[in-house]
Amino acid sequence: MSFIEVNNICKTFKVAQRKSGFKEAIKSFFKREYKYVKAIENISFSIEKGEIVGYIGPNGAGKSTTIKILSGILTPDSGTCKVNGIVPWKERKKYVKSIGVVFGQRSQLWWDIPAMDTFDLLKDVYDIEEEKYQKIKNELIKMLDIEDIVTIPVRQLSLGQRMRCEIVASLLHEPKILFLDEPTIGLDAVSKKIVRDFIKKINKEKKVTIILTTHDMADIEALAKRIVLIGKGKVLYDGSLLKLKNKYDTNKKIKIITNDKLTIKKKGVLSSKKIADGYEFVIDCKTLNVSDFLNIVTKNISIKDIEIDNESIDDIIVDLYKEYEI
Amino acid sequence: MKFYLSYFKLRFISGLQYRFAAITGVATQFFFGIVIIMVYLAFYESGDANTPMSLTELISYLWLNQIFYSLLTLEYKDREIIEMIKKGDLAYELARPKNIYFMWYFKILGQRLSMVFLRSIPFIAIILFLPAPYRLSLPASIIHFILFIITISIGIFLMTSIVAMYNVITLKTMDEKGITNIFAAVADLFSGGFVPTPFFPNFLQTIGNFLPFKYVCDLPFRIYSGNVTIQDGLFGIIIQIIWTIILVSLGYILTKKLLKRVVVQGG
Repeated sequence: MSFIEVNNICKTFKVAQRKSGFKEAIKSFFKREYKYVKAIENISFSIEKGEIVGYIGPNGAGKSTTIKILSGILTPDSGTCKVNGIVPWKERKKYVKSIGVVFGQRSQLWWDIPAMDTFDLLKDVYDIEEEKYQKIKNELIKMLDIEDIVTIPVRQLSLGQRMRCEIVASLLHEPKILFLDEPTIGLDAVSKKIVRDFIKKINKEKKVTIILTTHDMADIEALAKRIVLIGKGKVLYDGSLLKLKNKYDTNKKIKIITNDKLTIKKKGVLSSKKIADGYEFVIDCKTLNVSDFLNIVTKNISIKDIEIDNESIDDIIVDLYKEYEI
Repeated sequence: MKFYLSYFKLRFISGLQYRFAAITGVATQFFFGIVIIMVYLAFYESGDANTPMSLTELISYLWLNQIFYSLLTLEYKDREIIEMIKKGDLAYELARPKNIYFMWYFKILGQRLSMVFLRSIPFIAIILFLPAPYRLSLPASIIHFILFIITISIGIFLMTSIVAMYNVITLKTMDEKGITNIFAAVADLFSGGFVPTPFFPNFLQTIGNFLPFKYVCDLPFRIYSGNVTIQDGLFGIIIQIIWTIILVSLGYILTKKLLKRVVVQGG
């Protein structure tokens, strides 16, 4: 039995809909039409203790719905789910003591007062002992470097500062599982790095199991060894990121800076393009490896500079979405 | 219980953050009080002596209404909680190992008390020393005053359970307008927010007797000035307590039921 077991969960939402326009608005005032939207359909996976799992998929795929079910907020229509032996929505109050949640698009901090006051409140929410609380709080504050920030009213913080406080707030009670729903949304490069490093650290040091949703593939690359890809409410891929990369990441982009004229026609060269100070090629490494390609190039011309890029993980994901038509 | 107290404390601190709102609040209440008293004075001077309340009783009632407006008014909904339900920030509240209804209950209580502390104390100091007939008179007797303190304390809890009910309705309708607004308007009317209830026509008074609203502030205000006898006051306290228990239980049960089917809006 795994730490987190999800079996065939489904959730359908009832949404009112109408066409635009005055007439339609009046019509819907008297008779409302509803549509049933399947947010998730037969989602199953299992997660072991101490794993970091990236839960990805396009907008509206059902990521947040799954997170909400797993954190005991929503009740699914059917299916079973057990986390650490507890059914989240059945024993909500008991269950949520063992989890931490960060919703990147929402805030749990009180807007008008410093984050420290919210922390103090959470101490009582989770019945944390004073001594233990002080220790954990100071440790987290130091790790995220927010000593000077926690005494300023939250409304005056930048997004990056606030997000760091949010993360501290969800870890004060030492949860065994941490759900991060788009934790890096809207953050700058520096803040993103701080958040990622921190997530890695608590996973390693405190053995916190982490489930992370994001649209930023750099997050996934930096953090998750395993990804679960969902689209249109179904699990499309569940496995290691490396395998996914090996499967799709066979194209390389090679940029050659030169003054000479160059044309290469060979099997494996997918495209060539003239750019300002040279050429850009995309080659398929399965049929033509990089050294062979460079051999051909150096035979013909003199090279000023050369750049080789892997296809980014973003492109892989776009390819995947295309393949599954989502 | 400790948690609910610190929740209350935090809401209180939050409320204290808005000093300027408190000052303007006092000014508004003062202005309204004076204007309303002027209107009633004109009525009393031109009419016959057959009124349900004496002038001093009435003026005490009107001032108390202004003093405790921010604490006891039933037309004011807790915007923060309602926005939370509408936008889906409820997600965080649900991720806490506490009861949502009581969390709301103490949030409302804390916010209301912080408002009244900031506003009332300077306010009372001013109106006790106004020239007659605008002055706020002292309580009818020491027993009336004690009874007033008791009824208004219970009234605060009753108010909170009514205002918490708006949140429960919003949980169902996903919007605070419509039914919640009608509910709030009716509640405000019967609590004596517009006109003191003794001025109501008989049939309205009868209806009012069967509703919880007048036990929020109408009863304590009338006890203060001696418009209600000690005996009736004691009887009123029992009804206050019964209504509070009924409304809290109802709110608690409904919240529990509705949360099972709740939809967290906005992604």
